[in-house]
This record gives sequence, structure tokens and C-alpha cells, in this order.
Amino acid sequence: MTRVTKICLASVLWFSISIASAAQIAEDPQLEARLKALSAELRCLVCQNTTLADSDAALAEDLRNEIRTLMREGKSDEEITAYLVERYGDFVRYRPPVNANTALLWFGPFIMLLIGGITLVIILRKRANQPNMKASESIEDEQ
Amino acid sequence: MKLKLILPFVLFVIVMGFLAKGLFLDPREVPSPLIGKPAPTFTASVLSDASKNFSTADMKGKVWLLNVWASWCAACREEHPLLLEMRQHDLPLYGLAYKDTDTEANAVLKQMGNPYIETATDASGKIGIDYGVYGVPETYIIDKTGVIRYKQIGPITPAALRDKILPLLKALEK
Repeated sequence: MTRVTKICLASVLWFSISIASAAQIAEDPQLEARLKALSAELRCLVCQNTTLADSDAALAEDLRNEIRTLMREGKSDEEITAYLVERYGDFVRYRPPVNANTALLWFGPFIMLLIGGITLVIILRKRANQPNMKASESIEDEQ
Repeated sequence: MKLKLILPFVLFVIVMGFLAKGLFLDPREVPSPLIGKPAPTFTASVLSDASKNFSTADMKGKVWLLNVWASWCAACREEHPLLLEMRQHDLPLYGLAYKDTDTEANAVLKQMGNPYIETATDASGKIGIDYGVYGVPETYIIDKTGVIRYKQIGPITPAALRDKILPLLKALEK
């Protein structure tokens, strides 16, 4: 296959993909908006640093279609998220829930801050209790 | 103060420990929430004979392996010789042709040999979604009560077969 044919094929493919999603948006703009908002909060499992909304992976397309079906069935966003978590685990959520597994993730920074704060207080108190530590005074005395 | 001298070193060792552990983790591996839970039930047509059906209900009381594969999946071909070997040792291996056409899936089995007792078809990928499949090949071990006990993500390696799959099958058969 020549390079030109490849480019042509790719553009035809790209064009047909755009037509497909444009048609779906025209069909039910409200649902597509909801899908876009929800899938921006979900992780694509194939290219894992991409959201489900942005991914072009075949699985992401299948999952978006699955979400469309669930939305048409009248499922809430929470129910749809729960449906996906049931199958793929908490990993699909970009906002991890607060539970035993993620406690360290959520509260770890505050624990570090607390340790830092306590250390700071201890050091400052130690300095305050040492009367001869004021550097400027001692230099003045020498002069 | 001895503690003051030792403390940074201790912290360093702890951090190194975490980082060393992190080096050997696979960040792409998504632990399946389905392990220890009942395998999703499905009924699908059989690849070799579309008029017949494969149903998970028929598998009750048996320990079995479900290998999710596709003709378009390169890693599945890598895994194929090992599957054939597993079949020779009478392992209860069943297939699920994921997002594949019957013609192409059958062609692969004809060309490379058929390691499966039976292969169910999942042309739409809906069964795959229920099983939390995100990258083929994936293999599930399902026990006699229909509970998923193990999931292999990616090709089965000889090491995984020897150290995890075979011992687990042996234990479940009891």
C-alpha cells in the first residue's frame, strides 16, 4: 500500500468516526452532554492515562455505548459508576472514594503535615529554652 | 544524640523499601474486583457450531478455565502454544472469542490448533464488559460453585501456570 492510499484510508476512517459521533449528538444532545460529563470522570482501562471521554480505544467506545444504554434505561450517574466499579474496580474512577484502601491516600498528606508541625513546635521550643542562642546578642557582646 | 544521626538513615531505608517494591509492581494491572464473587452468567452461541449454545449454567459443579481471546490479538497467538499444551494435559479450558467474527476466529483455531473444549462467542463484547475484560488475553478460573477464584491478565506465562494456576486447580478439584 502506498503512503498516499494509507493517508486516504485514515482520513476516510477518521471522517466516518466523526460522522458517527456527530449523528449521535444530533440524536440526543442532552444524553450526549451527560455522557461527556460522566465519562470525563472515568478512566479508560486500555490507555490508562486517558479518560473514557477522550479515549479512542475500542473498549472505551463499547463502554460509552453501554453507558448510553444505561442512561436510556433511566439509570442515575451513581448507578452507572457503580456498574463500572463492580466490573473494573475503583480504578475506573478518577476520584478515588474514601474507604479503608484509600485512607492513606486521602489522609496521608494531613498526617505528614501534622508530623511536620509537631517537629517544628518541638524545635522552636528547644530554641526558646536555650538563653544563649541569640546569635545577634552574642556578637554584640563581643564587640 | 545518637537518634538524630540514625533517624535520617532509617527514613531513607523505609523510602527505599517502598520504591523498591514499586519497581516490581505492574502499574497497568488492574486488580479484578470480581475475584471471590460469582462469575457473571451468560449464554452464547458456540463458535464451532452456531446452532448450539454454551451456558455458564451448564458448568455448575465443574472447575473450569475461561480464556478470553480474539483472532486480532497478537498476545493471544503468543499464548496459544501454552494453551495447546494445557489442553494435552486435560485441563478444562474453555474459550470466549471476544469481539471477533466466527469466520476469523475459526480460521485461527484451524491454523494453530484448537486448545478449547468449547468456545463461546462474544461478538459485541458485552460478556467481556461483564467480566471486566480490558485487554485480551485474560483467563479466569471458576470453581464448582461458579465463583471466580483467579484472573490472569495478559498471556499465561509458564511461571504463572506452574506456581498459581496448576496448584489452584488442584486445590479446587478436591
